Amino acid sequence: MTAIPEGDWRAEVKERLEAIWGEAPGLGSWIATADHKRIGMRYLYTAMAFFALGGLQALLMRTQLADARLELLDPETYNQLFSMHGITMMFLFAMPALSGFGNYFVPLMIGARDMAFPRLNAFGYWTLLAAGIFLYSSFLVGNAPNDGWFNYVPLANREFTPGINIDFYVLGLIFLGISSTGGAINFIVTILKLRAPGMTLIRIPIFVWGELAMALQIIFALPALSLAAVLLFLDRTFGFNFYDAAAGGDPLLWQHLFWIFGHPEVYIVALPGFGIASAIIPTWVRRPMIGYTYIVIGELAVALVGFGVWVHHMFAVGLPNITYSFIALASFMVAIPSAIQVFAWLATLVAGRPRLATPLLFVLGFIIIFVVGGVTGVMFASVPFDQATTDSYFVVAHLHYVLVGSAVFPIFGALYHWGPKMTGRLLDARLGKVSFWLMFVGFNVAFFPQHTLGLLGMPRRVYTYEAGLGWESHNLASTIGAYLLGLGILVTLVNWYWSKARGVPAGDDPWLGETLEWYSTSPPAHYNFTTIPTVRAREPMWDQLELRGGAQPPEEGGRTLTGGHLTLSTSLLDGRPQAVVHMPQASPWPFILSLTLMAFFYALLLQVWVVAVVAVLASAAAVAGWFWPRGQTQET
Amino acid sequence: MKGPVGAGWCDSTRAALAALALTLSACGGDAPSLLEPASEAARLVERLWWLLFWISAVVVVVVAGFIAAATLRPPAAAEEVDRRMVPWGEPFVVVAGLVVSGLVLAGTFVVSVIDLNALGSPPGEPQLEIEVVARTWWWEVRYPNGAVTANEIHVPVGVPVEVALPTGDVIHSFWVPQLQVKKDHVPGVVNRLWLQADEPGRYRGQCAEYCGLQHANMVFYVVADPPDDFQAWVIEQAARAAEPTGPGAQRGRDVFLGSSCVSCHTIRGTPARGELGPDLTHLASREKIAAGLFPLLARTCATSSTTRRTTSSA
Repeated sequence: MTAIPEGDWRAEVKERLEAIWGEAPGLGSWIATADHKRIGMRYLYTAMAFFALGGLQALLMRTQLADARLELLDPETYNQLFSMHGITMMFLFAMPALSGFGNYFVPLMIGARDMAFPRLNAFGYWTLLAAGIFLYSSFLVGNAPNDGWFNYVPLANREFTPGINIDFYVLGLIFLGISSTGGAINFIVTILKLRAPGMTLIRIPIFVWGELAMALQIIFALPALSLAAVLLFLDRTFGFNFYDAAAGGDPLLWQHLFWIFGHPEVYIVALPGFGIASAIIPTWVRRPMIGYTYIVIGELAVALVGFGVWVHHMFAVGLPNITYSFIALASFMVAIPSAIQVFAWLATLVAGRPRLATPLLFVLGFIIIFVVGGVTGVMFASVPFDQATTDSYFVVAHLHYVLVGSAVFPIFGALYHWGPKMTGRLLDARLGKVSFWLMFVGFNVAFFPQHTLGLLGMPRRVYTYEAGLGWESHNLASTIGAYLLGLGILVTLVNWYWSKARGVPAGDDPWLGETLEWYSTSPPAHYNFTTIPTVRAREPMWDQLELRGGAQPPEEGGRTLTGGHLTLSTSLLDGRPQAVVHMPQASPWPFILSLTLMAFFYALLLQVWVVAVVAVLASAAAVAGWFWPRGQTQET
Repeated sequence: MKGPVGAGWCDSTRAALAALALTLSACGGDAPSLLEPASEAARLVERLWWLLFWISAVVVVVVAGFIAAATLRPPAAAEEVDRRMVPWGEPFVVVAGLVVSGLVLAGTFVVSVIDLNALGSPPGEPQLEIEVVARTWWWEVRYPNGAVTANEIHVPVGVPVEVALPTGDVIHSFWVPQLQVKKDHVPGVVNRLWLQADEPGRYRGQCAEYCGLQHANMVFYVVADPPDDFQAWVIEQAARAAEPTGPGAQRGRDVFLGSSCVSCHTIRGTPARGELGPDLTHLASREKIAAGLFPLLARTCATSSTTRRTTSSA
């Protein structure tokens, strides 16, 4: 593959790096690891497990709705299922899966040896897992959250939902917020400071821009949700009245805070998906993206304008029309940067010569589905149409086109595109195509008829419906489509597990990709790269032939950094080398801290205040253990 | 429920064109369909929908066309990389993504704001104000003359009626797709909307904001009557309950008044003054009971396994 002969220096460098970065097998290392690739894989597997749970919940609901007045599920069970389905798919599937790809591939794509804060990274994962277990333990006591992922008050107040259901929701989301915030800070610092020398801003891969835009949105959006949840916790637990209209509070305060987070959340899920599409397309049409600058500006513009549209979730609550007109304007505007990205993808597809392999099929499916979701999204910017169809099945159709389109399809495309890099083995191509077509057809059969149901007056979040309203046939089609979609997903999951063990070995760069993840081995070594490369192009693997050997020689700018557990820090704008950073070693403290936090949240849930105090002290001790000075290295 | 406008729509060429949209044909069934409007406001929404639909259809077809055109080309070789600049590339992205999209979006925004203002006020001064109190999970309907009923809102046809929308507990949403856009009942404020039905008829409505266990079964009907019929109805509904005549009816009164029914329900003219459940004074004049769940006179009522009321205590 390479024109440069394997020299002795490479083997020697690899040996020294392995000694510095390698991790011994065993439980201790499994718990303590701070390797972004192991953590990224865990994010992905955990996300896929929750995806399966959320999918099973969806199938149960679709079965209940296959015909009028079925009695498979009682209303309380249905309401818990639709609530947990939304919470699961947003917080426990889409965000972790996209963070998982980010964790795995951002350091590889920018030429770093790890994330900026490896222990924070480990902590983010363990906290996600703990919060996921916390939320799902609600099923064990039969009291899962039952007021929707949007959890409107006053319904969610103690007066109307006296059970422990909403306490799980409120505390679970605060807990999850800790994980997401830590992860977002890590992405921002990593992307801005740890890029390989020469990777100026305009050479950052678009996927990395997508993760950066996502992280910035998380930082600014999540506080609103956490605040909303804390206020509700105070209302429910200590009788505060933030949301109680009778006591001078305001139930709409919840809606504002929730949607100030909730609408950017849509883009938090969509932007990395857009990024995946922009990572897959050039490789499979064999030419660079057209309109790179416009795409990047588009992603950042979506992230910014996305903060100005939250009230379009509240067009029926009775705010003044002048308010609605401004929000409508912002909601129309936010479509423009998305349109720019879509036309950039189309231009690249048309200018290139697409190889219709599974990753690209999923991206093409994504574009079509996302555009349908996008045009119905523009419909909701039109206030009168929104007021007519909001909270109907039209919205259910729309949001699944947007979210399944921009998250699930790119994630599945990425499994086929990047899976070989992660496991070292190719996925089966034929099963991949079968999976794609089942998913694409199944998705549309499941969700397109829901547009019609909304127009026919069917409200959402209903566990049953009357016969004779013309709703049965569309619902039956939707249920059949849901099973097809589920089958298609299952095919890919089987394909993944089968190929991971028995697939054809992939080689380091099976698709001849353009970005730096293909510069590492498959799967990458603990230290990622034999030499940290000097980057001279936006598509370095296409334009810098010396990279193809997997080790840019020192005379071309490659840096071995074998003097310790090190990576390189560069300047923010133009990627000039600034410092050699000592990276922290693996540590069990992030794991321990997530356990003490879990104890803290269970103590709050059960209102055992003594245990809560003890858990806080234990958490402080864990933080002390984490940061205890052990020589020169930073310990984050 | 199908009005003349809806029937006309079905027969028109629009239906044939809309077949393009696969399942979008909304004819058939007794659905409270947005596409079978029965008022000026709902017709405005329907016109807006078709405008948005056709814009959207063009966008989707254009995008699918690009993808089809791309996939019809012979695929590149695996090792090939085409590094040539495409002169039309970035101008195309700017023109299609920014200029054309921006103009279409701006036009749609203007239409939307005009329609929003049109929906804001009725064509004339409202002749009647009705109060509809949303409760978990039914609708209390109050008229200015003291008439109180539940889940069945009678209005005179052809004149604007103002509806005040308070809530008795949590957030609900008032939605009669064939007559008006929806509006929420929010604690602490009283939202208002107006209704004006073109033709006499029954129009199905349903709570559109998730409100707990039986949100799915919170149905009501708007019944548009000719003005004279409406006047007669509203006077009759304001009256107290008639004294029962005949042994069967008298026994019924005694059973009702002697049991726990009275702690939740009111029958005006009797000692029953409960306020938790619907006013039952003229129950027999309603077509359905239990928030639209059961036809009043059907025998299936007693044997149904659906037990919504047992869980309602708020």
